[in-house]
Amino acid sequence: MAPPVLRVSGLTKVFGTREQEALRLAGEGLGRDEIHRRTGSTLAVHDVSFTVERGELFVVMGLSGSGKSTLVRLLNRLIEPSAGTVEVEGRDLRALDDAALRTVRNEKISMVFQHFALLPHRTVRENAAYALKVRGAGAAEQRERADWALETVGLLERADARPDELSGGMRQRVGLARALAADSEVLLMDEPFSALDPLIRRDMQDLLERLQAELTKTIVFITHDLNEAMRLGDRILMLKDGRTVQLGTGPEIISAPADDYVADFTSDVDRTRVLTAGDLLREPRMTARLGDGCGDVLRALGAAEANGVHVLDGDGRIAGVARDDLLARALQEGRTAIGPRELVADHATIAADRPVVEFVHLVGRHVVPLGVVDTEGRLLGVVPRAAVLDALSAVPVRGRRP
Amino acid sequence: MIPHLPLGQWVSDLIDWLLDTVPWLFDAISAVMQVLVDGLTDVLVSPPPVVWIVVFTVVALVLRGPWLALYTLLAFLLVVSLELWAETMQTLALVLVAAVIATAIGVPLGILAARRRAVSVAVRPVLDFMQTTPVFVYLIPAVFFFGVGVVPGVVATILFAIPPGVRLTELGIRQVDREVVEAAQAFGARPGQVLREVQLPLALPSIMAGVNQVIMLALSMVVTAGLLGAAGLGAVVVRAVTQLDVASGFEGGLAVVLLAIFLDRLTGAFGQRTALSRLLHLRRQTERQQRPAGGAEAGLASPGRLTAR
Repeated sequence: MAPPVLRVSGLTKVFGTREQEALRLAGEGLGRDEIHRRTGSTLAVHDVSFTVERGELFVVMGLSGSGKSTLVRLLNRLIEPSAGTVEVEGRDLRALDDAALRTVRNEKISMVFQHFALLPHRTVRENAAYALKVRGAGAAEQRERADWALETVGLLERADARPDELSGGMRQRVGLARALAADSEVLLMDEPFSALDPLIRRDMQDLLERLQAELTKTIVFITHDLNEAMRLGDRILMLKDGRTVQLGTGPEIISAPADDYVADFTSDVDRTRVLTAGDLLREPRMTARLGDGCGDVLRALGAAEANGVHVLDGDGRIAGVARDDLLARALQEGRTAIGPRELVADHATIAADRPVVEFVHLVGRHVVPLGVVDTEGRLLGVVPRAAVLDALSAVPVRGRRP
Repeated sequence: MIPHLPLGQWVSDLIDWLLDTVPWLFDAISAVMQVLVDGLTDVLVSPPPVVWIVVFTVVALVLRGPWLALYTLLAFLLVVSLELWAETMQTLALVLVAAVIATAIGVPLGILAARRRAVSVAVRPVLDFMQTTPVFVYLIPAVFFFGVGVVPGVVATILFAIPPGVRLTELGIRQVDREVVEAAQAFGARPGQVLREVQLPLALPSIMAGVNQVIMLALSMVVTAGLLGAAGLGAVVVRAVTQLDVASGFEGGLAVVLLAIFLDRLTGAFGQRTALSRLLHLRRQTERQQRPAGGAEAGLASPGRLTAR
């Protein structure tokens, strides 16, 4: 397997003069406040390690003061790390001299900023072409790449405008275009949508998802909004006081928060958008097959206190639902095996990757629980109504933030 | 008892030592200044006043618009009618030479101070000293180094006018949005590129406010320099004071004020949107709107973008 695009290990940053002493105290497990009291130095980030695979959207999530903005700047050495390593495609950034570091920043790592950080005296096109200008590319190449990037973010028609003529959402599109035009593998995004209105933020998240589907960059995305993290992130690193609290996929974090801090956050998350059918599915209590005996199935239904059952064909696809009343009538009329006449379409199905919000209206409507199917229509499992209610109500009461 | 510290004696000794050791340096500086001021004075005084009045009026029109143009026309006509045209142009030459040199020293020093903390810390008390030392104290060493005449006046003026250039340049660069500087660095820009392409352009309004202050301070100093025998409005005012001639004192003073207002309004336009750039901007927008898919909602840019101080 190829090495990860980004490998971070033991990354630590101390702001202040007594760096070594602060590092030692941090190594002994002292908290940030205690270290500041003893040394006057601030432990911004401590011993953070993670890897990001090619094409992954990795989210770092934390409140203000959690060290996330420092962390993202350590990744391209805008801030010099105190300890630890950052490797990009196997190359240790801390071993590079200034010139080599500038080349890496120019060609391998691009950054998108919270407040856009555009040059106000340059046009949108000139802003988008900035990395190429720094690189010393010719005017034609600059224009071509910038125009491609602007078209990708849907802003080509405003290429000759100045940033102050654009709305916030448009400006961040320029920021994104500037990063895309550089054609670098790694994209660092420092709270890129936090300064935008909620509706615009939603648009930009859609745009990013679309771009990521097309371009598959390796992205480190910083946010303080867990809903955003859950929506965009393949994996999420929860940061608190400069330390990793939990690292996992969104559903993993929701269903098993590592501590009260994380639980606190997850209580505010819209679970219906995070949890998917796949997260909630379980083995069906029982299934039947075409040709099974009507009497056997009816007795099994009685034992399970159920009124209906999924009936599968030879390939495991759902042929229909057998209801107890229809099975009883079949027996009365002398039919012993389940055939097409015993089946009704009294059920619904959903794909495993769909979020709860898309199927919550379907659960509990039929005699059988909601069926989760793969692309071939085969039954993977079921989502009973109780499972949905259980997942959505699992809010730690004590953990709610004021 | 605390013993007397002969600080003044040391400074005096230092000046003597400098005069003995590098006299050629002061001769060279003196010669260059003399040539610059004389040359510029010639250029300003030789043609008939109407030539320069037209030029000044047009410059005012282009940079600031019709009101300053009207003021410029009337003010300089008044100067001519007061028969102070030649003196006013001599003073203008002195101010321009001093301001250009003070800017050439002050702005780079301000850039350095913004980039190096040590420079900033070292320069600040020197600037405090330069700004608070009584004006006449500058004149004494100037006379020692350069004798009497226009050169010591220019040198004293330069020293007096440097501080705001340094301070406002440093302030302007420090106030540039940190994220924008970071963005340039994050895309691999060299320190020189960051300075040229980001810090200086964004600090321009503040730097220009500094240049404006340099010019105003230079103008306030050249009158004092009249004491040393520098020609111009300073000489007119000094002569009026020594002869208790209220009439010519008022006229000389008025000419200084008229010149000051002209220079202040004109240089206050630097770094802000001038009448010319507004015109160009408008044309750019019209062109864009005429193109088919162009931004129909382009709207006028906010004009209040660049206001420092």
